[in-house]
Amino acid sequence: MSRSTLLLLQLLVAVVALAVWQFLTTVPVFGKVLLPPFFFSNPIDVGSQIVKWFSSGVIWKHLIITLWESILAFVIGSVAGVLVGFWFARQPRVAAVFDPYVKMINALPRVVLAPIFTLWLGLGIWSKVALGVTLVFFIVFFNVYQGVKEVSNTVLDNGRMLGMNERQLMRHVYWPSALSWMFSSLHTSVGFAVVGAVVGEYLGSAAGLGYLIQQAEGVFDVAGVFAGMFVLSAFVILIDMGVTLVERRLLVWRPTAAEGRG
Amino acid sequence: MANTAQPTAVALGDATVAFRVAGDRVYTAVEKANLSVADGEFVAIVGPTGCGKSTLLNVAAGLLKPAAGSVKIFDQPLIGLNRDAGYLFQADALFPWKTALDNVAIGLEIKGAPREQALQRAQDWLTSVGLGAFANRYPHMLSGGQRKRVGLAQVLIRDPKILLMDEPFGPLDAQTRQIMGNLLLELWNADRKAVLFVTHDLEEAIALADRVVIMSAGPSARIIGDWRVKLPRPRDISEVRMEKDFHELHREIWSVLKDEVMKGYVQSTQAAGAG
Repeated sequence: MSRSTLLLLQLLVAVVALAVWQFLTTVPVFGKVLLPPFFFSNPIDVGSQIVKWFSSGVIWKHLIITLWESILAFVIGSVAGVLVGFWFARQPRVAAVFDPYVKMINALPRVVLAPIFTLWLGLGIWSKVALGVTLVFFIVFFNVYQGVKEVSNTVLDNGRMLGMNERQLMRHVYWPSALSWMFSSLHTSVGFAVVGAVVGEYLGSAAGLGYLIQQAEGVFDVAGVFAGMFVLSAFVILIDMGVTLVERRLLVWRPTAAEGRG
Repeated sequence: MANTAQPTAVALGDATVAFRVAGDRVYTAVEKANLSVADGEFVAIVGPTGCGKSTLLNVAAGLLKPAAGSVKIFDQPLIGLNRDAGYLFQADALFPWKTALDNVAIGLEIKGAPREQALQRAQDWLTSVGLGAFANRYPHMLSGGQRKRVGLAQVLIRDPKILLMDEPFGPLDAQTRQIMGNLLLELWNADRKAVLFVTHDLEEAIALADRVVIMSAGPSARIIGDWRVKLPRPRDISEVRMEKDFHELHREIWSVLKDEVMKGYVQSTQAAGAG
């Protein structure tokens, strides 16, 4: 299949889906509209809502807030994950002591932490960042831990025979290995940073995409909810494309860089 | 080639290597091995699979400590890693996240050489192993033979006095092995280092080495034979195999090695059956 045919078919799916949606919500079949517009809205209303958001410029403020929360959650969670992952992998005793607690916290559905974070950090962006951090941290932590532990013994021995001391082994062997594992989970961790931000906003905030969806839902504005969902999907896809670009640059040395999705 | 007046690069005296397996059972891999490699001498160790050839090499590298016996490097007892040795591993040992150039340069960089200078020297080395145009490739973009060439450059750029090689060309196909063998001889001829070369391929051993040492089948493998190879140098791996002397020596060594190979084979099948 050529690239253009593929694109055409992909577009066709969207067109058909939207047409069916529009048809079922507006045209009566056997004297009855199958999808009541009150619950399902329709593509035209949703589209005009999105256009209105962008033309009036209201949406930018919310997008930027969500973007900031995601970025902060990703950066803080990643840095903490790398440091702790490294520390645990190099100090098996520390890892053994903390092991049950790490498992316990990781087993906890993170949504239940949202109210606590809201109490501690208020309704501003930091409670959302904190939620995102708890999600990102564990992904990065486990990957870095694994990355440091699974350095090939031959490569390590080679480093030693080439005359590397512990510090140089750290820099030239453990560190790149750990980072490569972290980068290979980039899609997952960035995705979770966004999830943390949006869920946090949804549960209580004054701005952001999650807030927008929650507000629309509160007044039974189904078109608003759908519009929020579409904007959110587009936002996530854009971020994901950015991650793919970054990944291609960082993991050129890996044979599976292109298909290395977490 | 090697005469007794030259200093001894590697000397193993009654070296015994044992591993603790499954609780308190002890597996003796190598027993009372005596081996000396003179400076500038190319010694090949040949033995059946699993006889502890690599173990012996790791002892000389300082990666393994013998349970008993002595290891001397240039008449000094070896403590810790052997800093005079370069080690070419059987498995892929290049740093996958570094380009070929950086992989070769690293040996100098960790010694504290300025990066510019290290890269320059690394490029020269890549050229001399025939990979001048592949400097910016990552290991996964290179073929098995090319990776071995980078590995060779990575080890040789540090100019070690002793070269330890653990079946370095084992994973390569027959033609590539010959080419790599010739490359190795060419580089070695330019600057004769002491070489300890482990292989399971007797022909390769005779074609390359000054001396061929045969080990018995494990466990408790011993050194059971030591032949001097009197073929003239410089040699060409593929041509030297045609010579009469080569065949005679091969027949002589093989008559000893054959029994050990069979023993090793029987043991490996029994071990598999029991396990």
